[in-house]
Amino acid sequence: MTLVSIAGLPAAARGDLLGQFLEKFGLVIIGLAVFAAVIGLILFIADKAPKRGRDVIQLLLFVAPAVILLAVGLVYPAIRTAVLAFFDARGENFIGFDNFVWMFTQPTILTTILNTLVWVALVPTISTIVGMAYAIFIDKSKGEKVLKSIVFMPMAISFVGAGVIWTFVYAYKATGFEQTGILNQIVVWLGGEPQQWLLVPPWNTLFLIIVMIWIQTGFAMVLISAAIKGIPTEIVEAARLDGANPWQSFWNVTIPGIRGTLVVVVTTISIATLKVFDIVRAMTAGNFNTSVIANEMYTQAFRQGQFGQGAALALILFVMVLPIVIYNVRVLRKQREIR
Amino acid sequence: MSTASVVPGTPGVEEALVEDQNLRGGKARRVKTRLTSRAATVAAIVIAAVWTIPTLGLFISSFRPETDIRTNGWWNVFVNPQFTLDNYGEVLFASGASSANLLSYFINSFAIAIPATVFPIVLASMAAYAFAWIRFKGSDVMFIVIFALQIVPLQMALIPLLQIFSQWLHISGTIPAVWVAHTIFGLPLVIFLMHNFISEIPGDIIEAARVDGANHAQIFLRVVLPLSVPALASIGIFQFLWVWNDLLVALVFSGGTVDVAPLTQRLAEMVGNFGRNQEVLPAAAFVSIIVPLIVFFALQRFFVRGLLAGSTKG
Amino acid sequence: MRSRMYRRAFVPIAAIGIAGLALAGCSTSGGGGGGGDVDCGPYEQYGTFDGGEVEVYGTIVEVEADDLVQTFADFESCTGLTVNYVGTQEAETQINVRAEAGDPPDIMIVPQPGLVARLADGGYLTPAPKAVEDNVDEFWSESWKGYGTIDGTFYGAPMLASVKGFVWYSPSEFADKGYEVPQTWDELMALTAEMAKNDSDTYKPWCAGFASGDASGWPGTDWIEDLVLRSAGPEAYDAWVAGDLKFDSPEIKKAFDMVGDILLNPDYVNGGYGGVASINSTTFNDGGLPILDGNCSLHHQASFYEAQWPEGTTVAPDGDIWAFITPKTDPNAGDAVTGGGEIVVAFNDRAETQAVQAYMSSDTFANIRVGLGGVISANKGLDPNLASSELGKQAIEILQADDTVFRFDASDLMPAAVGTSSFWTGMVDWIAGTKSTDEVLTFIDSTWPAS
Repeated sequence: MTLVSIAGLPAAARGDLLGQFLEKFGLVIIGLAVFAAVIGLILFIADKAPKRGRDVIQLLLFVAPAVILLAVGLVYPAIRTAVLAFFDARGENFIGFDNFVWMFTQPTILTTILNTLVWVALVPTISTIVGMAYAIFIDKSKGEKVLKSIVFMPMAISFVGAGVIWTFVYAYKATGFEQTGILNQIVVWLGGEPQQWLLVPPWNTLFLIIVMIWIQTGFAMVLISAAIKGIPTEIVEAARLDGANPWQSFWNVTIPGIRGTLVVVVTTISIATLKVFDIVRAMTAGNFNTSVIANEMYTQAFRQGQFGQGAALALILFVMVLPIVIYNVRVLRKQREIR
Repeated sequence: MSTASVVPGTPGVEEALVEDQNLRGGKARRVKTRLTSRAATVAAIVIAAVWTIPTLGLFISSFRPETDIRTNGWWNVFVNPQFTLDNYGEVLFASGASSANLLSYFINSFAIAIPATVFPIVLASMAAYAFAWIRFKGSDVMFIVIFALQIVPLQMALIPLLQIFSQWLHISGTIPAVWVAHTIFGLPLVIFLMHNFISEIPGDIIEAARVDGANHAQIFLRVVLPLSVPALASIGIFQFLWVWNDLLVALVFSGGTVDVAPLTQRLAEMVGNFGRNQEVLPAAAFVSIIVPLIVFFALQRFFVRGLLAGSTKG
Repeated sequence: MRSRMYRRAFVPIAAIGIAGLALAGCSTSGGGGGGGDVDCGPYEQYGTFDGGEVEVYGTIVEVEADDLVQTFADFESCTGLTVNYVGTQEAETQINVRAEAGDPPDIMIVPQPGLVARLADGGYLTPAPKAVEDNVDEFWSESWKGYGTIDGTFYGAPMLASVKGFVWYSPSEFADKGYEVPQTWDELMALTAEMAKNDSDTYKPWCAGFASGDASGWPGTDWIEDLVLRSAGPEAYDAWVAGDLKFDSPEIKKAFDMVGDILLNPDYVNGGYGGVASINSTTFNDGGLPILDGNCSLHHQASFYEAQWPEGTTVAPDGDIWAFITPKTDPNAGDAVTGGGEIVVAFNDRAETQAVQAYMSSDTFANIRVGLGGVISANKGLDPNLASSELGKQAIEILQADDTVFRFDASDLMPAAVGTSSFWTGMVDWIAGTKSTDEVLTFIDSTWPAS
């Protein structure tokens, strides 16, 4: 078949990478051009707005695109889901609190909720402690930048990619076979029996949590490191002159100095942890009692068509995140008032 | 990106937060805060090793011959070094006509990530400018509501949004649908972060422009945007990584087909079939994380700056 | 049953680069006979269209998808229709989202009747047109028609099929050691006990693998189903599927115990992989491979497992690998097998959609598709000799035989909350030992939907 006839086929049948590339490149260009045109038009109208009420018109034009998208894409769905949580599987009949009764009487769902609580208890605390320790240990050391990059790097890797990386770390081969996973190899070198890390509850949840900690520690480390460097030198110096040992100065100077940052780090990681979905899905698919709410929500609504139960789980997750956000909103309000 | 939500912190530390300045100017002045030097060094080395080994192991595995990957661990390369590019050849190029190789998904990932980064950044800059510099009633409430929207679990928004896409816009299962979805889901955080930067622009500059008779559109285009380039860069990196690494949004809005779906989705499918794909998975995983890693290492400074700005200044 | 079972290994294409890929593209469009010289006789009944398009959606991917696309080639050139096959392993999940959002495909190849029932209950499906029903009446047995019938409405015809309950073994090993293929369950257990008298650390008589992503556990449900059908009989099997016979009834418990005699016995499993628990960490793809290196002798898996044997393995009655049907428990009972298959359903009644649907239920379709290799069908118009392997031929003959009691994979027929959820996870928990047999049975019963 000649090139000409290949070009005549629809792109899907061609399997031609170059064609695919050109087609998608074209799509991206068109998309960007259309977007640029829309934005240009908005700014043009804002520019030409009549003097009277110009501020209001300009304000509306600036805010409207984002607000409309958010109202349609997040606010309306959130309200709709909250309502759906009180309806049956197909969303047709009002059933009161039945979905919540179901949730709190099903042992598997209770395990799921419990797992989520374990995640949110462990990931933020351990990530923050390890990140803080590391930040202090390498502070002002040689090669601080490289050492930081190493721990920070997992932040750039997708949850799915991280799942693959750790699936290989946890790989298991029975006694008598050569191990392919580093963790079991270390156990064997130390004279132990290889373990099925991801199979045995409740420990398997901990091994999934390690993956999340691996990712989030870099985030904690970078922020805390910056905060430590921000503590005024005079205070640290004064503590030292007062005869404080490093441990005392850590508790009395460093911790108070970075308190605000610690709060930020913990709350941020908590929200990310409550929403965790990809790690569980890629590594155990929620089997062996490792499911978490975000994963179970997807399974209920989309795999099993139980939209009401899925919505109820979403609502529970929302309620769990709410206190964290309320706290942050209060901080935010204070700051805007100060400004 | 793993940290989709960044929250504000307490004021007061921001002046010392720009890491580079500190490394240069503050190093000599500061006092040792290390606890116990030797133990600390050992601990730091252990942490660094634990954090590197998993990725390093996967990287080495991706170059090992098929039978080696199946029968023994990557550390055996130190005893018996054997390397091949076959795994990469297979995941990138091997394919039937209607089935897939990673290269198609790679192209998809780019086609999704670039507009899905540009759109929210631009829209958010406009909104952030309005919230920061146009005084109006309810501005505070609106801004806080947008900030709070970060907590809506994406799963809640999937079906209603898909309904809109399929019944009104007729774009479901296409790349533009994924753009719009990512734009919407990215907006709350990006507006918040852009607001942090734009509100820091000295009021004098804006005032001066106003006195000169410039209206908001002109100020935004000629003053605010040029001044915000560093912010646009660092937040852009954030959004790019978030989109590139996303699985859930792609899963639902791409329809999961070879023509639209990104790398993460294909990778997740391959993990779901671990036994079959064991020998090509390391290579496939590396293909999917190579772009984020390049972006990360090349633009780390911007990345860190974006992170710090988002988390310390309200 | 899941489509990923149909997947064959990546077929490496030596030629790398655009030229090679372009060639691959050619062979698809040209392989069906190539435009001009197609005999359009068998396709006249579907009419001709002026460039209509039909989207067919399903879980079939990679090589199987290529073969499926090729099966439409002649049909497309004769009718003028374009069939766009969209395959993704997420299709079973995504169809719920797409249907709910009002964006369904025209046609879906549904891998399990349980999902057909759910889609029908949701009001998304269109009843099958008369042409399809006529084809099914002509080419399929009454029970197969039943799998596409929900509450008296017929929604779709079966497409491909598989025979479950094969026990894979090595004929050469059996010959060397003087083992006989067992004819009854008791003989099978006796053979197992004999095999277990072996000192090797890594050898066990049976090997098994239940891991399969979020579908982990399904190979275990196939085991249970086989034993329920054999020990309790077809009537009990039907009552079990319908929910009238509970999991904790004596009949079902007996089947679990019989399977447990093998799978929960550390002396009998898991050859080549470790103890009982390693069944959960071994993927279904790898499950039977230790037979080849002599670490196990028996592996229970469906006909599609043939695709898992590495290239160069001879699958034949006197080759490296062959399979026998799981023996019956009562020597006097008739033959009974379990099996699986897909149902083709439509989401609208456009003429284009119905033409494709009718074609997919025809003997022409079955013969072309099976002729391309790797799969079988229960279509009675199918010539068994077209099957690409001896085993395929045998399986087709089993499916077409009138005196064989055939029952569809029970987990595929049960409500999704059980069939694709708690039954699977129940098997995983059972193997892991985190739940006793009674606890597993009560747990599965507790998840059966109320209505």
